[in-house]
Order: sequence, then structure tokens, then C-alpha cells
Amino acid sequence: MDKLLQILSENSKLSTAELSMMLGEPEDYIIAQIKEYEKSGIIRGYRAVVNWDDVPDSGVVALIELKVAPQLQKGFDEIAERVLKYKEVESVYLMAGAYDLLLTVKGRSIQEISSFVARQLAAMDGILSTATHFMLKRYKENGVSLVDVEKKDGREMVL
Amino acid sequence: MDYNEKLTDTIRSVKPSGIRRFFDIVNEMDDVISLSVGEPDFQTPWHVRQAGIKSLELGRTWYTPNRGFKELRTEIAKFYRRKYNVEYDPMNDVVVTVGGSEAIDIAIRCMASAGDEVLIPQPSFVCYEPLTIMAGAVPVIIETKVENAFRLTPEEIEEKITDRTKLLILPYPNNPTGAIMERSDLEAIAEVVKKHDLMVLSDEIYSELTYGGKKHISIASIDGMKERTVVINGFSKAYAMTGWRLGYALGPSEIIAMLTKLHQFCIMSAPTTAQYAAVEALRKGDDDIRMMREEYDMRRRFVVGSLNNMGLTCFNPEGAFYAFPCIRSTGLSSEEFCTRLLQAKKVALVPGSAFGESGEGYARLSYSYSIDHLRRAIELIGEFLGEL
Repeated sequence: MDKLLQILSENSKLSTAELSMMLGEPEDYIIAQIKEYEKSGIIRGYRAVVNWDDVPDSGVVALIELKVAPQLQKGFDEIAERVLKYKEVESVYLMAGAYDLLLTVKGRSIQEISSFVARQLAAMDGILSTATHFMLKRYKENGVSLVDVEKKDGREMVL
Repeated sequence: MDYNEKLTDTIRSVKPSGIRRFFDIVNEMDDVISLSVGEPDFQTPWHVRQAGIKSLELGRTWYTPNRGFKELRTEIAKFYRRKYNVEYDPMNDVVVTVGGSEAIDIAIRCMASAGDEVLIPQPSFVCYEPLTIMAGAVPVIIETKVENAFRLTPEEIEEKITDRTKLLILPYPNNPTGAIMERSDLEAIAEVVKKHDLMVLSDEIYSELTYGGKKHISIASIDGMKERTVVINGFSKAYAMTGWRLGYALGPSEIIAMLTKLHQFCIMSAPTTAQYAAVEALRKGDDDIRMMREEYDMRRRFVVGSLNNMGLTCFNPEGAFYAFPCIRSTGLSSEEFCTRLLQAKKVALVPGSAFGESGEGYARLSYSYSIDHLRRAIELIGEFLGEL
């Protein structure tokens, strides 16, 4: 895997000068490479990793499984593209297995999400069934542990 | 009671570490950003830990043979063949020890008698000189120089040779400088070693941590040198296994037999659980080493680049996990520099003088830390230099 992408996906705050030193490549090359990734859409943005569990009134998240009827020619893409337009929908994945699409949906309350599922999703053409799972607690997200595991450096020997 | 009378003159003559005072201050401070430790920040790879755990579950809690398990000695011999192209007989040429440290101790005690001189290049790890003194032998220091990339030259050895010279310590890849020895450097000193009929104790504990495409070369792989070399290595640095306390010595069977005799009487056998884990590490650990080496290499470039950018000239280290910047431009001594940096910014480096007088004018910065930790420390060192 591209080392630059790997580093940026873990920490996007490193400066191009720092990345240039870490990778042993000229800074100009790093800048050009990042521009290229941004232009081609491989890099879609830069954001903070937030532990929403620690933010008051940050709402609730549900994982929603959808069984859908695939459309002629377009398969699952057409319905996925209609689903992803809702602002409540954070992510959409096509899955292999017992259901077809997996969504993460964010809302202010359980009631809000329930109403979104009942009134919007379930009512869409081509959606055969839904199963909603509310998230209770986050332990790890995007490769980052969100629980306070022992982080203390246990090394005491100098030299 | 006057305990001085009860203790030997030898142990009393061993100088306490010169930086004890410095680390007394470090230990009293909270929130110190340390760059001072000399061990990997990685934990032992999980599959290696699992092998140790499994051996405990199976109740394998007895002594091992004095030399270590045959399985482990076989894997160690394979490792030296595979990595460094040196052939050792697992039955006779290998002894497994409590860390590289024990191996160094028993090797010096077996090869240097009272009055013999032991050549010790410095800056280097702190144990060679005291262990030589404890063996009753005489340490003779060779000061390596930054203009030679802290490598040892044949001329420097020749200068210090007398009729009593017996043993040369070869500490590469080097802690604290990060220097390595390339094949041509080793060939040059091998000639001097042979000419004066010396033995070599080659401490290769950092052998798997070399960078920039330069692979470690063992002096034992140089023509005619295997018979004159005791190689010391271990699991601490390559596999992040410092706490398991496991190392080994390799060499001519006549010498290893004597090391084993001493080891048998002072240690019995190296830790059993650690030996089971080490077999797993040698069999399936090459990818772990590669992953850790790449990570260290990235940090190395970052740290060395940053230090040079801020005007602390830094010799380009090609091994181990230390940078050794020259701090003379500040006009401070090593210890003053480190003490003031600690007091002003709570960043702890190790004064170069801890590694011998020739380390004066330098500080050792360990990059065995996460990039975020290193970034913060570098930023603070930069502020400190600006305020001097």
C-alpha cells in the first residue's frame, strides 16, 4: 500500500515538510502527490476523529440492514444512490450475505431514526425489508481505540 | 560497621554511572517527555507472546538444558546462516543466556585474565568497561570519531595495542551513535586482529535494525574471523523482547564450552518461557522485524532531518534506534545541555558523556517513540534552542 496514504489516513495534520522527512522524498514530490490524490478523488477530505460518545447531545447512530430488489441493468447501484442522498445516511455499503445494503444512520434520537426508517426508507420502491440496530457504545472507530486503554509508557530503563 | 572493608576493592573501584545525578532530576519531575529509553516501544508480537503463554499452560516450567533448548539453538544457527551467512553448529557453538548482557559478561570473564587489556571503542553501551574491570582485566578505550562516521579504524586499534592486548569489543550497530561497520571496514580491522592474534567480542544486538538498504555484516563472516570471534546477539531489540531476558553467544566450540561452564554455575539456564517464545520468534518473526524496522526508519528520517533543520548537526545513523546530534554549537556541555533542556521544556535526552568521554559534545535521542511523541519533543527542543 502507498505509504503516504497510509500515514495520512492515520494523521492528516503532518506538514508536507514532515512527510517529506519521514518518507525520504522531496517535499515538492509530496505536495504533487497529495494534489494528485485529491484531484483523482482518492483523498476525499480531512477530518477529526471525534469520540461522539463523549459529546453531550450528539445524538444516536443506527446500523440498518436493507434487503432490496435489484434493478435490471443497474443491479444495486441505483437504489444505493437513491439511499445515500438522505442527509441522515452517513455510509452505505453493498454486502455479501443475509442482506444487501448496510447503512449507518445518524439522528437526534431513537424516535427520529425510527421515523426516518418507517416513513422514508421502508417506503422506498425496491426495498423489501429493513432491520435496525441501535449502537450503544463505541469501543473503536476508524482504527482508533475510543476507550481509555492503559496508555502509560511502561518503560523505565534508561540507556 | 565499615562495609568498605567487607566489599572488594574491585567492585568499589567501578565508577557509578555518570548520569545518575541527571536522572535523579528526571525521576522527580512529572510529565517529562522522555526520549531517553533504550528499548523498543513495540510490544512483543502477539504470536510470540502466545507461544510463551502456551508453554505455561502446558506446564513447561522446568529448567532447560544449560546451553538452552536444542530446538532454540537450532533456530539460532539457522538465523545466523540465513541472515548473516555464518555457519554455527547448534550442538557445540551456541549458548543461550539471560539477555545479551550475560553473554557479554561471561565472554569477557572467560577470555580476559588479570592484567589483560580489553579494547573498548567509545561512545558505546555502558557495560563493557565495568565488566572488564570486574574480570580483573584492564579496559583500554578507543575514541571513535564523527569524521570516521564513528566507525572503528585499523589505525585506532594499532595505536592502542600492547603485548597485553587480548580482546577487542566490537559494538556495532552502535548504541548510542547509530554507526554501523560495512564490509570494507570489517576487512580492514580483521587484518589487525589477525596480525596481533586478538579475539573479538562482536556485540550484534542491533543487527536487524539497519537502514537505507544497508544490511548488517557480522565480522564472523569475514575470512578467517569466525575462529577469532564470539558473537553476542539476542531477542530484545529485533523482536521487542527486552523483558523476556534472552540472548546468546556464538563462537568456536572450545570457547562456547567454557562460557557454558560459567553460565551453568552462575545462571543454570536462561528463562524457560522466554526460550519457547523465542523459537516462535525465529521461525515466524521475519515480518514483525520488517514492520518495526520500517517504522523506526521513518522516525529516523524524521528526527535526523528535524535536528539538522534546527541547527543541531546530526551524524546520519544507519543502525539501532538512536540519533546522536552534536550540541557543541550551543556552547554547553552534554550534561548542561540536557539538564537545561529538561528544566526548561521537560524533554529528557541522555548526555553523550554517559557513553564515555568521547561522547562529550553530543546527546543521545532515542526514536523508539511514536511520531506524535517525537513531533512534540522536536518542537520543544526547537523552542529551547531559540531561547538559549
